[in-house]
Amino acid sequence: MIGFYRALLRLYPSAFRAEYGAELCEIFDERARETSPPRAVASAIADVVPNALAVHFDILRQDLRFMWRTMRRAPGFALTAIAIVALGIGANTAAFSLADFVLLRPLPFPDSDRLLRMWNSTDGSGPNDVSPAEYRDWKAMAKSFRALGAYSFTQQNLVGQGAPIRLTAVRVTPDLMPLVGVPPLLGSVITPANTRAEDTAVLSNDLWRNQFASDPNVVGRVVRLSGAPHTVIGVMPRGFHFPERHVDLWTPMVFTPQNYEDRTDTYIHVLGRLAPGVTSETARAEMNAIAARLEQQYPDTNKDLGIITTRLRDQIGRGQRLLVLALCGAALCILLLACANLASLLLARGVSRSRELSIRTALGAGRDRLVRQLFTESILLAVLGGAVGVLLAWTTLPFLARLVPQTLPIAETPSIDFRVLGFAAALIGLTGLAFGMVPALRKPDSTRHRMRSALVVTEVTCSIVLLITAGLLMRAIWRIQAIEPGFRYEGVMTLRTALPLPKYGPVAARERFYKQVLDGVRALPGIESAAYVTGLPMERTGGIWGMEIPGVPKSEDNSVSLRYVTPGYFATLSIPFRRGRDIDQRDAQNHRPYAAVISESAAKRHWPNQDPIGRRFKIAMEEVEVVGVVGDVKVRGLERANEPQVYVASGQVADESITGYIPQDLVIRTDLPPAQWLPSVRQLVAGADAEQPISHIRPLSEVVAGDTAPRRVQLRLLTILAIIALLIAGVGIHGLLSFAVAQRTKEIGIRRALGAQPRGVMSMILREGLRLTIAGAIIGVVVAVLVARSMNALLFGVPPADPETILAALALCLVTAVIGCIRPALRAARVQPSTALREG
Amino acid sequence: MSSSLPAATFHILLSLAEEERHGYAIIKDIEASTNDELRLSPGTLYRSIQRMLEEGLIVESGRRPARALDDERRRYYRITPSGIAAARAELRRLAEMIRIGRERGLKPEMP
Repeated sequence: MIGFYRALLRLYPSAFRAEYGAELCEIFDERARETSPPRAVASAIADVVPNALAVHFDILRQDLRFMWRTMRRAPGFALTAIAIVALGIGANTAAFSLADFVLLRPLPFPDSDRLLRMWNSTDGSGPNDVSPAEYRDWKAMAKSFRALGAYSFTQQNLVGQGAPIRLTAVRVTPDLMPLVGVPPLLGSVITPANTRAEDTAVLSNDLWRNQFASDPNVVGRVVRLSGAPHTVIGVMPRGFHFPERHVDLWTPMVFTPQNYEDRTDTYIHVLGRLAPGVTSETARAEMNAIAARLEQQYPDTNKDLGIITTRLRDQIGRGQRLLVLALCGAALCILLLACANLASLLLARGVSRSRELSIRTALGAGRDRLVRQLFTESILLAVLGGAVGVLLAWTTLPFLARLVPQTLPIAETPSIDFRVLGFAAALIGLTGLAFGMVPALRKPDSTRHRMRSALVVTEVTCSIVLLITAGLLMRAIWRIQAIEPGFRYEGVMTLRTALPLPKYGPVAARERFYKQVLDGVRALPGIESAAYVTGLPMERTGGIWGMEIPGVPKSEDNSVSLRYVTPGYFATLSIPFRRGRDIDQRDAQNHRPYAAVISESAAKRHWPNQDPIGRRFKIAMEEVEVVGVVGDVKVRGLERANEPQVYVASGQVADESITGYIPQDLVIRTDLPPAQWLPSVRQLVAGADAEQPISHIRPLSEVVAGDTAPRRVQLRLLTILAIIALLIAGVGIHGLLSFAVAQRTKEIGIRRALGAQPRGVMSMILREGLRLTIAGAIIGVVVAVLVARSMNALLFGVPPADPETILAALALCLVTAVIGCIRPALRAARVQPSTALREG
Repeated sequence: MSSSLPAATFHILLSLAEEERHGYAIIKDIEASTNDELRLSPGTLYRSIQRMLEEGLIVESGRRPARALDDERRRYYRITPSGIAAARAELRRLAEMIRIGRERGLKPEMP
C-alpha cells in the first residue's frame, strides 16, 4: 500500500517530495486505516495527480517569471539566441521543404510511383519524342502496363469569352486521363467511352475560375478553340497539373491512319501505368526487348532506336537537382552554425550566471531545481526561436518558387514540411538543452573555454564553406553571363500571336497576316525593324530536325534547330551576317529552290573550307538552298550545348505541314517604351484578324534572364546564407574574446603591472582570435573544396579549388574576425594595473 | 476590496492563528471546526503550505512539543504578522459581504 503511494508521489517535483514526502506518507497511513484499501487508493490518486500538476505548474510559472525579469534586464542574450534559433530553423525548414517538394514527395496522382514516362533515344542520346506509330506498337506489345497513353502540347486561342486569349492545351489520347487517375471536379475526364472526335475539352481549375467565372453549369457548353467548336465535358480540381504546371485545358487526340504512316514523325509523349505486381525494372527490360524487336522489324527507321523508361517523379534535370541540394547543404551549414552559436551563447551566459547560481544554491535551492530552471529556459528559447523560424520559412518559401522546375506536375509554391520543421526544432532543442545544462554541471572554466573555442572554429569553418561555394557559384554565373548569346537583346521587344489551326493551315493565310502586321509595325515611328520567328532563342529550346545532305550517311550527327522566319529577323536580333543574303520577298511558297540561312557552325560542320552558298540539302521534307550564313545563337541557353541553326523562309513550306513550327513570336527593335507603340500594334493585329489574341508581351532581355533565373535565385540565397554565416561567426569570435578578456582582467592587470605594454596586451588578444580563425579557415577550405567537387556540374568550368575565390573568402573572413577582435582587444589594452588588482 | 484568499489558505491561516500546528493537526482541526464540511486532502494541504511559505504568510516553527509526544518527521508551522493581516483582510471582506447581503434583505442560511 504505502509502496504504491510512494511511487505515486514521484509525480511531484523531487524538491517537494523531499520536503513533504514523509509527512504525506504518514497522513496516508492514518487515513488508510480509516477506510477500505480501494477507497484509499482512489482518493490518493485523485489527490496526488491534480496537486502534482499544480505544483509543477507553480514552478514553471516561477521560472518563467524569473526568466522574464532577467531577459528584461538584459534583452541582448534572449534576442540573439532567439534570432539564431529562428535563422537555423527557418533556413532549414524552407530549404528542405523545397527539396522534399521538388525531389521526394510523391506526385499528386494516385499511386504516382507506378507512373512511367517513356521516350525514344538514338544511340543513347535523347530523350526524344515518340511517333504515333511507335506508340501504337508499344501499346500492342507491352504487357507490363495496365494502360499506356500519349499526349502532346499545343496552343489554342479561346475566342468568345471576352478578349481572345492564348491557352496552353494538351492533347491526350482517350486512355491517358483515366490512367493518371485523378477524378474531375465537374463532369468527366476524357475517356475512350466519351471520345469519338477531337471536339471535346476538359478545363483546368484556373481556366474555369478565371475565364468561366466558376460557372457550375459549364459542362455541356460549347466553346470555340482556335475557330473550332469544342464541348466542355469536365473541369479538373485545383492542384491538378498535368503534364506540367501551366496547362489550361485538355482536348482529345485521336489518331488517323495517316498519323501512323511516318515512323519518324515524332511529337508525342508516352505515359504508362504499371500493371499490378510489375516492377519498373521488369517494365524497363520489356521495353528494351520491344525496342530490339522493332529495330529488326523496321531497320530503316528504328536503327539504334532505344526506349528510355523513367519514373514520372524523376523527370528533373541534374542541374536543378543540384541547385536544390546545394541549397540544402547551405541550410545545414546554417543549422550547424546556429547550434554552435547557441551553445556558445549559453556557455558564456552559464559562466556569468555561476555567481547567481551559487547564491541560489547557498540559499537552499537544490541542484535539480536549478537544472530544471535552465531546462525551462532552454526549451522556451527554442520554442520562441522556432516560432519565429517557421514564420521566416513561411515568408521565404514563395521566393523559392523560382527553383521549382515548371516541368513538374506540381503547384508553384512549396508548402512547409512539418517533418523537417520537427527535425530542425529537435536539433536546436537538443543543443539548447545540452549546453544550457553546462552551468549546472559545474565544469571548470578552462573546459568551458576550450568548448567555446571549438565552437568558434566550427563557426569559422561553416562560414568559409558557405563563402567559398557562394563565391564559386558567383564566378560561374559571371562566366555564363559573359558568354555571348549570339544576338543583341537590348532594345528588342517581343509579343506572341499564336495563329490557330485549321484557319492558318494554308501558308497564304499566314503570309497575309504576317505581311499586314509587319508592314504596319515597320511603318510606326521609332520602330527600327520587326520580324516573325517560330520561337525565341532560350525559350523555345527544342525544334530539332535532321539536315539531310546528299551523299552524307544519315548516321552522321546532322541535327540542327530549325526556325522559320520572315525577312528582317537577323537585323532585328542583330545576328551578324557572315556571307550571302537574308531571306526576302522572293522566297515565297511557289518559288523554288526554297531558301535557307544557316549558322556558321552548320556551315563548318558540313562544308569545311568550302563556300556553303548555293549548297542544297533536305530538311522538313523540303529541299532548300543555302543563301546566307549567320552567326551562331545560343538557342538552348547560355550554359548548354547548342545545335547549329537552320532558318527557312516562313512561306516556304507545304500547307498544313509541320504546323508546330508556324512563326508565332513577333520581335521588334525599338528604343521607345511599349506605351508609345503597343496600342498601335494591338490595332494592327486586330486589323489583320479581330479574333487573334496577343500574349507574352515582354522585352527579349527578360527571356534571356529567364535562362539563368534559377541560378540567380539560388546564388542570391546562398549569398544571403553566407553573409549570415559570416556575421554569426564574427559575433561568435567577438563574444568569446570579450568574455575571455572579462575573465582575465586580473591576469592582464598583473601583466600590465609587471610592465607589459597596452600594445602587447592587445596583440595577445588578437592572436588568440586569429589562431581560432585560421584553424577554422583551414578546415573550411578543405571541406569547401570537397563540397565544390560534388557540385562540379554547377560550376561551369570554374575549378573547385579556384584560388581567387578561396583567397577572397579567406580575406572576408579574416576582416570579419579582426573586426570581431578589435573591441575586446581595446578593452584589454585599457585595463589599468591598479583597477584590475583591486577588482580581483 | 481585496481579492479573496483560496479557501484552503484561509482555513489554514485560521487554524494556525489559534496555535502552532503540524500538517495533520491542521487537517484534523479544519475538519473539527467545520463539522467535517471541509476535508483537506494532504496534497492540497502541502501545496498550500508550500505556497504560503513562499508568500511569507506562515513560517516553519523552530519549536517542538515535548520529545515523547513528537514524531520526528513532523514540522510545525506558525502564522506570521503578514499571515494575520491576510486573514484579517479576508475576514473583513467576508463581513463586508454579509453587510451588503443584509442591506439587500438577504440573511445567511441557518444550518
